[in-house]
Amino acid sequence: MSGSQQYCTFYIDRQMFGIEVEVVQEIIRFQEITRVPLAPALVHGLINLRGQIVTAIDLGTLLAFSSHDPERPRMNVIVRGEDSSFSLLVDRIGDVLELDESMSEVAPITLKGAVSEVIDRAYKLERELLLSIDVTRLLKTISQAVVGHAA
Amino acid sequence: MPPGDADTATATGGAIRPASPAPSAEKAGEFWKVVRGRLERAARELPGLTVEPENRAPLVSVSRTVKACGNAGGLLGHDKLGALCRECESLVASLSEGSVRMSEGTSEALLRTVAAVLSMVQSIETLGHDGEDTFEELKAELSRLNGGSLSEHAGDMPAVTDTPAVAESTSTPASTPASTPTASPPSPPPETPVAVPASPSDGGAAKPDTAKPGAAPAGPGSPVETSVRVDVSLLDALMNQVGELVLARNQLVEYASRYEDSAFLASAQRLNQITSELQEGVMKTRMQPIHSIWAKLPRVVRDLSRSVGKQIRVEMEGKETELDKSLIEAMKDPLTHLIRNSVDHGIESPEARTACGKPIEGVLLLRAYHQGGQVHIEIQDDGAGIDPDRICDKAVSKGLISAEQASQMTHADKCKLIFLAGLSTAEQVTNISGRGVGMDVVKTNIDAISGAIDLESEQGRGTTFKIRVPLTLAIVPALVVTSGGERFAIPQANLLELIRIDGSKDVLGVEMISDCPVYRLRGQLLPLVYLNEQLELRDNPASTLNLVVLQAGSGRFGLVVDEINESQEIVVKPLAEVVRSVPVFAGATIMGDGCLALIIDVPGLAERAHVLSSQNRQELKRYGNDEETVDDARCSLLLVRSSAGGRVAIPLNDISRLEQFSTTRLESVGDSRVVQYRGQILPLVELSDVLAERASNPATVADDGVRRVVVFGENGAQVGLVVHEIVDVVDESLSIIGESKRDGVLATAVIQGKVTEMLDVSHFLGSGEPSCGDAPRLCA
Repeated sequence: MSGSQQYCTFYIDRQMFGIEVEVVQEIIRFQEITRVPLAPALVHGLINLRGQIVTAIDLGTLLAFSSHDPERPRMNVIVRGEDSSFSLLVDRIGDVLELDESMSEVAPITLKGAVSEVIDRAYKLERELLLSIDVTRLLKTISQAVVGHAA
Repeated sequence: MPPGDADTATATGGAIRPASPAPSAEKAGEFWKVVRGRLERAARELPGLTVEPENRAPLVSVSRTVKACGNAGGLLGHDKLGALCRECESLVASLSEGSVRMSEGTSEALLRTVAAVLSMVQSIETLGHDGEDTFEELKAELSRLNGGSLSEHAGDMPAVTDTPAVAESTSTPASTPASTPTASPPSPPPETPVAVPASPSDGGAAKPDTAKPGAAPAGPGSPVETSVRVDVSLLDALMNQVGELVLARNQLVEYASRYEDSAFLASAQRLNQITSELQEGVMKTRMQPIHSIWAKLPRVVRDLSRSVGKQIRVEMEGKETELDKSLIEAMKDPLTHLIRNSVDHGIESPEARTACGKPIEGVLLLRAYHQGGQVHIEIQDDGAGIDPDRICDKAVSKGLISAEQASQMTHADKCKLIFLAGLSTAEQVTNISGRGVGMDVVKTNIDAISGAIDLESEQGRGTTFKIRVPLTLAIVPALVVTSGGERFAIPQANLLELIRIDGSKDVLGVEMISDCPVYRLRGQLLPLVYLNEQLELRDNPASTLNLVVLQAGSGRFGLVVDEINESQEIVVKPLAEVVRSVPVFAGATIMGDGCLALIIDVPGLAERAHVLSSQNRQELKRYGNDEETVDDARCSLLLVRSSAGGRVAIPLNDISRLEQFSTTRLESVGDSRVVQYRGQILPLVELSDVLAERASNPATVADDGVRRVVVFGENGAQVGLVVHEIVDVVDESLSIIGESKRDGVLATAVIQGKVTEMLDVSHFLGSGEPSCGDAPRLCA
């Protein structure tokens, strides 16, 4: 695969991540969230998105980037899943960047845990690294984490 | 999409398609009427074709109508009509493929054809045959236009040369060799509505099963169609949007109430009203009368009863009762199963019926009605009924219940054993019990749609199955509660009662059995589950104990919540898979303020709390039994005073409610006094009459216009006992000091240091019952 691809970028802590714009439905401000008792920790709760009930996933918890400022409201990146949409809670939204495949490398094999499973490639930007998230693998990782929780 | 497409789908029911080679005269008449309407419309539309050759819709419409007409002509023996139609069809097919160009001449010929077909149809309608004229000239003209015009254009259409397969079709006898190259291009695009109906290959063949090509679009003037077929998914989407509108409305109305702008308020009110009406209307679109599944049942019963040599009459009540389409579908199998069961095992053979003095013909009564936001469906037979002991023995011998359990069961409980899985599968059970093939499946099916099934059976008199299902699955009545600061919805279907106890936790009557909290509810131990503990929410120390008594499976438990908010209709929304792994929640809903609330899955919660595990129950039972043996003489009593001033104690277990009625509500029927109570007539009995008091001390207290009534018995068989004063509820060990000398008094005891007479409830009910049995039920 080559050529350029547009990425919607966001930050968790100080790390920049990107998701292909095609799968991003919309971005909304953090809003009223309903906790789901007993749910796995990565399920932050449910939000009412114009009548659709959308599950909010705490991406920081999933990827073990556990530092968000509780004072600062987080943003919801609404992503289209296979059968329904879900929301990724992130700290800050960045720009939409058009990135060329040639700028990237396969994510380093030394990555561990969930990060290694969901990160597709690492783009070498001028000042920082952008880690691109593979949504299909992200969904798989989430459901595995849930199964682990249930067991 | 052709403009007539929506109409097309509506007409598939058989009006336009002769359903069989020899349809009834009535149906054929209807058919010709529809065809005539469409031909008239085609005649109006055709002239437009020359002006606007790209607009294919009229062509499609003509093609379909002519085709339907031709097929029917062939089927019904109107050969002249059939031949003309086929000729016309070929031309229209070529036109719609573009292999023949529309010209003044073609348009003219088509119009003449439509007129000719119309005259034939009219002749069929009035005279019964398609007339004398064979329209040879017209046919030749059509054929010439089809073949002739083609040759002019054959040069610039290379694709048409290699299409022998379609052209060889024997089903179009009118096709001339010249028409061979006119047939469709190599790969006729079946998805375009133009090509499919016009393709000559299926011209004379039987109609395809798909509904659309067979039906011609309805003309605006066609009088028969007042309904439209709509995809259920569209209705679902509509329903969802109405749900959203309701929420938006709720928010707006709340917002509007903060302003004093009367015009704004008025329009908000108007919006409010329209939304409610819209919601109701959309709900109605999904409703179907239960008759749609009942209609075929008489036939099933007739066939079945003949095969087993019985005579059975089916009676139906309330077949116009409506319920949601999805529920109708879900009810189909269980209902058929129950019916078969009743016919097969419920109603006896004619000989057996004669032997026990019943009419030879058995009666199967189907009844449906709305009550309390639910649909009730009853299937009643006047057969042999269920022998509870035999069922019970069978269940014990199969190890489904223990002998000890069996000994404690009531007759009704024993009958309900037929719903147990495992009891019902074996063939022998049928012979022994006369019931119960696959009853567990019926119950499972009904449970799956949040319904409930119950049965009443009287040996020798018959059996009644009672099914309750919600009106719709999308919207369920639920109780909203708060626990640990969060709101939760509990489906009403699981709800038994609500109890609120004031006072601190220590004195609330919550007792501990090892680690399990229990509450004594009318003498029985009710295991308690604290919702906030189960959901790991924060503890909210409360001075009142709010208990929601829930039914889960065969057991019940009390759910302790912080607050009981309100009862409302909620729209159920499914949860994402990630959250579905939590078995305690059945879904989520959006409340009036736009916030979400999770819907509690009661069986799931019970499982999580281990409240209904067999071990737990055994333990509870053991403790329960211990309590009983220790406290044998201890019981809860209601102390009342009769008008003569005597103290009378009534066991609390026998009482269903305490009520107060204003004297103005009391009415007289004959020589007894009654009051309208919960839609029924409650006969009243004075305590002093029951006890035959000495009237030595009449009416010491002034009449305060209120009658205090102790209500006994269940729905439909209730009796009210009018007492002068309700003194207290006591929980006391009885020390009986003397046998009673009076009728209606069980014994005399000292309670709270005073001599008190114990009311003999069974004696009293015995005296009250006749009048109660006669009382008509108002809302049966």
